[in-house]
Amino acid sequence: MKFTLSWLRDHLDTEASAEEIAEALTDLGLEVEEVTDPTATLRDFRLGYVEAAEKHPDADRLRVCRVATADGVKQIICGAPNARAGITVVVASPGTYVPGIDTTIQVGRIRGVESHGMMASEREMELSDEHDGIIELPSGEVGESFADWLSRNAPEKVDPVIEIAITPNRPDALGVRGIARDLAARGLGTLKPAKTAEIAGAFPCPIGVSIDADAREHAPHFTGRLIRGVTNGPSPAWLQARLKAIGLRPISALVDITNFFTFDLNRPLHVFDAGKVTGDLRVHMTKGGETIEALDERTYTFGPGMLAISDDHAIESLAGLMGGAPTGVSEETTDVFLESAYWNHVTIARSGRALKLNSDARYRFERGIDPAFTRPGLDLATQMILDLCGGEASEVVEAGAAPDTARAYRLDTMRVVSLVGMEIAADIQRETLEALGFTLDGDMARVPSWRPDVQGEADLVEEVARMASLTKLATRPMPRPQPGVPAPILTEGQRREQAARRMAAALGYNEVVSYSFIDAAAATLFGGGGEATRLENPISSEMSHLRPDLLPGLLRAAARNQKRGQTDIALFEIGAVFSGGEPGEQRPALTALLTGRSGPKDVHGSSRPVDVYDVRADVDSLLGALGAPAKTQILRDGDPWWHPGRHGRIGLGPKKILATFGEVHPRILDAMEVKGPAMALTIWPEEIPMPRNRSAARPPLELSDLQAVERDFAFVVDEKVEAQSLVAAAQGADKALIEDVRVFDEFIGGSLGEGRKSLAITVRIQPRGETLKEAEIEALSKAVIAKVTQATGGTLRG
Amino acid sequence: MEDLRSKYLTRIGEAADEAALEEVRLSAIGKKGEVALAMRELGRMSPEERQVEGPRLNELKSEITSALAARKAALHDAALDARLAGEWLDVTLPGRRSGRGPADGSVHPVSQVWEEVTAIFADMGFAVAEGPQVESDWYNFDALNIPDHHPARGEMDTFYMARAEGDDRPPHVLRTHTSPVQIRSMQEMGAPLRIICPGRVYRADYDQTHTPMFHQVEGLAIDRDISMANLKWVLEEFFTAYFGRSVKTRFRASHFPFTEPSAEVDIQCSFEGGTVKVGEGDGWLEVLGSGMVHPHVLRSGGVDPDEWQGFAFGMGIDRIAMLKYGIPDLRAFFDSDLRWLRHYGFGGLQVPTLRGGV
Repeated sequence: MKFTLSWLRDHLDTEASAEEIAEALTDLGLEVEEVTDPTATLRDFRLGYVEAAEKHPDADRLRVCRVATADGVKQIICGAPNARAGITVVVASPGTYVPGIDTTIQVGRIRGVESHGMMASEREMELSDEHDGIIELPSGEVGESFADWLSRNAPEKVDPVIEIAITPNRPDALGVRGIARDLAARGLGTLKPAKTAEIAGAFPCPIGVSIDADAREHAPHFTGRLIRGVTNGPSPAWLQARLKAIGLRPISALVDITNFFTFDLNRPLHVFDAGKVTGDLRVHMTKGGETIEALDERTYTFGPGMLAISDDHAIESLAGLMGGAPTGVSEETTDVFLESAYWNHVTIARSGRALKLNSDARYRFERGIDPAFTRPGLDLATQMILDLCGGEASEVVEAGAAPDTARAYRLDTMRVVSLVGMEIAADIQRETLEALGFTLDGDMARVPSWRPDVQGEADLVEEVARMASLTKLATRPMPRPQPGVPAPILTEGQRREQAARRMAAALGYNEVVSYSFIDAAAATLFGGGGEATRLENPISSEMSHLRPDLLPGLLRAAARNQKRGQTDIALFEIGAVFSGGEPGEQRPALTALLTGRSGPKDVHGSSRPVDVYDVRADVDSLLGALGAPAKTQILRDGDPWWHPGRHGRIGLGPKKILATFGEVHPRILDAMEVKGPAMALTIWPEEIPMPRNRSAARPPLELSDLQAVERDFAFVVDEKVEAQSLVAAAQGADKALIEDVRVFDEFIGGSLGEGRKSLAITVRIQPRGETLKEAEIEALSKAVIAKVTQATGGTLRG
Repeated sequence: MEDLRSKYLTRIGEAADEAALEEVRLSAIGKKGEVALAMRELGRMSPEERQVEGPRLNELKSEITSALAARKAALHDAALDARLAGEWLDVTLPGRRSGRGPADGSVHPVSQVWEEVTAIFADMGFAVAEGPQVESDWYNFDALNIPDHHPARGEMDTFYMARAEGDDRPPHVLRTHTSPVQIRSMQEMGAPLRIICPGRVYRADYDQTHTPMFHQVEGLAIDRDISMANLKWVLEEFFTAYFGRSVKTRFRASHFPFTEPSAEVDIQCSFEGGTVKVGEGDGWLEVLGSGMVHPHVLRSGGVDPDEWQGFAFGMGIDRIAMLKYGIPDLRAFFDSDLRWLRHYGFGGLQVPTLRGGV
C-alpha cells in the first residue's frame, strides 16, 4: 500500500514529518517498507537569477549567461531556447549530481568558453518529462534551496511517498483514511471529518439491478446509478499526480476516480459504459465454462459457483474482481453506470485464486471492506464524477442490503494489563478504542463496521496494545517453573540421537542435511515413489516425492562431491523418512555412506579402499552410542538396494531389525551416478529398546583373582559357514567358564581346497572358584571341538 | 700394592669393550686373580701385618670393583649413544592413521545450533517437543486460526500432498511452520506447559534467500499469568546467551492469525562494512514473529483460554545460525558440499553446554 504525505493530510490534520509518521506506522503494525522523498536528490540545487545573456561567439544556439548564484555571479553556458536575462532559474553548481542525466556537474569549456555550472530543466531533476527549456520560476531569492521553494510553492511535486506492508487482518488500512485513523488514535494529529455527499437523482435509473436468490449469500448488496452527459477526458493534474506517485497510470477521469476511491477510502468501484449495456444488470452464480474478456485484455473462463454480472446480452463483469472489456468506459463514453457493491470475501478469495486473477479490487474485497459504506461510497463517487466530468445523476438502484455485522465484545482492562504485561490505565484503554471508532457501552465495545478482523476480546487487547506501543514494552523476568537446578528436558530418544550424531562425527563422517523430497526415480529405487508420498505441487521434478530412505539423498550428495573431485567421502544424515502420506507415517533414521579410500595415501601405507568391515565397525560404535544391547544377531536378505552377498542386518531376532550395513548394490550406484564401490549403514533408532533400569548405579564388578587361560583352535569348514555360528557353538561348550571367543584368522581356499576355509578362534577361559587342572582344560577343549564340529560340520585343522 | 692398583685401574680404563673388561675383572679379582692371591697371602702374615694389609687389600678390591662397574656403565652408554646416533627418523612425516577419526568428521551447523538452542531454553524450563512433518490441514491451519479462505494460506506457499481419487478430505500439507506441534503438545500435556519445537518446515519457494525446506524453532509457554513482557525477557535472555553478548530486542506490533497481540521482533545490530554484527550499533534486524497465544489456538489444544494464557514465538534455526557463524548463503546448507561441511561444521566432541558457553 502506497500513499503520499499530502494525500494523508487530506484525512489527517498533522504537523508530523514523513519520518515521524513512518516511525509511528511501523510501531503500530503498519510496517513501513520504504519512504521516498523526492527532495532528497534536489538538496544541492539552488535558485539563481540570469543577469545577462549573450550569444556564444562560436555557436548560434548557445548563450553565455551571467548568473547570480549562491556562490556569487558565475558565467554559465546554456543551450535552452528560453535562457535570457531577467529570469529566476535553478542552478546546479560544480559538484552537484544531476539525476536526470546521471552526471556530476564540473567546470568546463564549451566551444572555448568557460562554464561554471548548469541551469536545469524539470526532466534533468526528474520532476517531470518537461525538457523544452530551463525552469523559470515566478518567485524566489538567489541562493535559496530549490527543494524548499518547491515544498512551499508546489508541494505535490515533492510529496514524500510512503509504502507500507499491510497484514491480512487490516483491510481498513488499505485506504488512506484508515491509516490516518490509526495515526490519529496514536496522537499524531486529528482525523478530519469524513466527507459526505447528498445526491438528488434527477431521473429514474434506466438500468435496473437484481441479485439471483442463490447468489444473495455471496453478493449481499449491490447499488448503482447512471450519470448521463459526462465528458471522460483526462483527470485533473492533482489526481494524476497522486496516482502516478503510487505507481498507477492515469487513464481517464472516470477510471482514475474509481482508482482514487480504491486507495483513498478502500472502496473499489466499477464503471460500465451505459451505452454498451443491454437491458438490466443481474448478479448471479456461474455454471462454469462461461468466458469473458476482461479489462486486462485476458479472457477468463469461469468455474462453477463464481459471481458474475450479466446484462441481457452476456456476462459483462467478473464481480468483485474485474470488469469486462466490452462494457468498459472510453473517451467517447457519455453515459456511465457506477457500481458500488459488497461481495462475500470468501467467495471473492476462492474465485480469484481459481481464476489466477489479481487486482486491487480482489485484494480488498477478499480481505473485507466496510459493508456499511456501499451506499455512502456510491454517493461520494457520484459527486466526484459530477465535479470532474459534469453530467446529471439518476436515482439510485439497489438490490439486497448491507449485511448486519454489528457486534460487541467485553473490554476486560485487567486482562489487557495481564496479557501485555504493561500498565495501561483503564480510561486510556477506552479512549484508544474510541479513537479507533469503537463505541463503548459500559465495558462492551461495539466494533466499527470497517474492522471485520475484530472477532473477539483478544482483538481488543491487540488494538490497545499496539496503540500503547510495544516498542515501549519493558521486559519482565519469567521464573523457572520449579526453583533450583533445572531438571533434564531431553527425552531418551533425543539424548540418544545427539549421542549418535556426535559418535558419527567422531568416527570421521560429515553430517549433511538434505531435502526431504527426492525425484520419483530415486524414490522408486528405494521402495518409495508411490502416490501416497507424492507432492501435488512440487517445486521441481527433482523434488517430487517424500524420501523413503536417507540413502538416495546421501548417494546424490556423494555424486555431486565426486563431480567436484572429492573421492574419499564419508557422509551421514539423521532425519525422518516417510512410508506414507499420512501424519505420523515417518520414522527417524541414521544413515552413513563411505566411498573411496580410508584416507589419503600416506608413507605408512595405511590408506586402503573402504570395505564392508569399515561400516561393520562403525555400525557397532553407533549402536553402542544409541544404547543398543551388545548381544545382537546378524541376518542376511535385506532390502534389494544392498549387494546380495555383502550386507547384514543386525537384529534382536528376525522381527526386530535395528540396522543394516554393507555394500550398496552396484546397479543402484550406476543409477545414482556414484563411482563405487560404496559402503553404507542405516540404523532405525526407534527399534532400539529403551533401558529397563533407570537407576544410575552399575551392577557390582565381579573380579576373579584366578588367571584366565587362552586356547587357540583352527577349524576347516565350508566357505559359507558364518563366523557367528562357529563362535556361538564354541561359546556353548561351557557358558560359565568360557568368557569370550574371538575369531582371529580366516583363510580361504588354497591347500584347503575349493569352497573350504579355515577359521581360527581364541577361547578365553576364566576359572571361577579354583584354578583349573590341565585335565579339566583338556576336557573343555574337547567339548569346544565337539560343539563346533557338530554345529558347522567342520573339522579341527591338523 | 700401589703397583697392583695402578696396573688394574689403567687396564680397566683402557678396556675397549665388555669382553676386555671381563678379562681384567678375572685377572684382578677373579678366584685366581692377583688380588685374590694376595688375600690368600694374608694367612701367612703376622697378626700385626694382617691388621695393616687386610684392610688395604679390601679397599683395593672394592676400588677395583667400582672402577669395573663405572667402566661397564660408561661402555654401555657409549654403545647406546653409538646406536642412537644411527637411529634418526623424519619426524615431520605425518602420523599413522588407523582410518578416519574425529578430525575428519563434522556436525552440521543446524544440528549444532539445535543443541545450543535447546541447552539455553532447557535452563529456562522448556522441554523439546517434536511432531510429524506431513500434517493435516487442520493442525497446520484451522487449529491455528487460519481458516480455509484466509489470505495467510495463499501467502505461505504451501506444499500439498497428492490425494487419491475418491478421498475427499482436504489434502495433507508439508507443515509450513512448527506451530502444529504446539497444538499436539497442548492436547497431549495440557497446561501449564513450556516447550520448544524445533524441526524441518516446508514452503514452495526457491531463490537467493529461500529454500523449499528450512528449520524453525517454535516456543510456547502457557501458565496463568504469563505476559508479553515475559516473552520479551525470555527472548532477550535467549539472544544474549546465544550470541554471547548483551542483545536488545525491539517489539513491533504485527499480525499473525495464531497470536493476539502479535509482534515482530527485531534484534539490535550494526551493518557496518556489509556484515551484520548482532548486539551492537543502533540498527535493527527482524528475526522472529511472536505474540500471546490466540484463544482459538488454546481451545484447539484443549486448553481453556479463560484460565490459561501464554506466549508463542517462531524463528528460523538456519537464519540464526547464519547470523551467529557468518554463513552467507542459506542454499548451501542443503547442498552437502564437503568443503562447506568441513568449513562451517563442528567437531564431534564440541558439545555446546551452558557452563562452557554455547
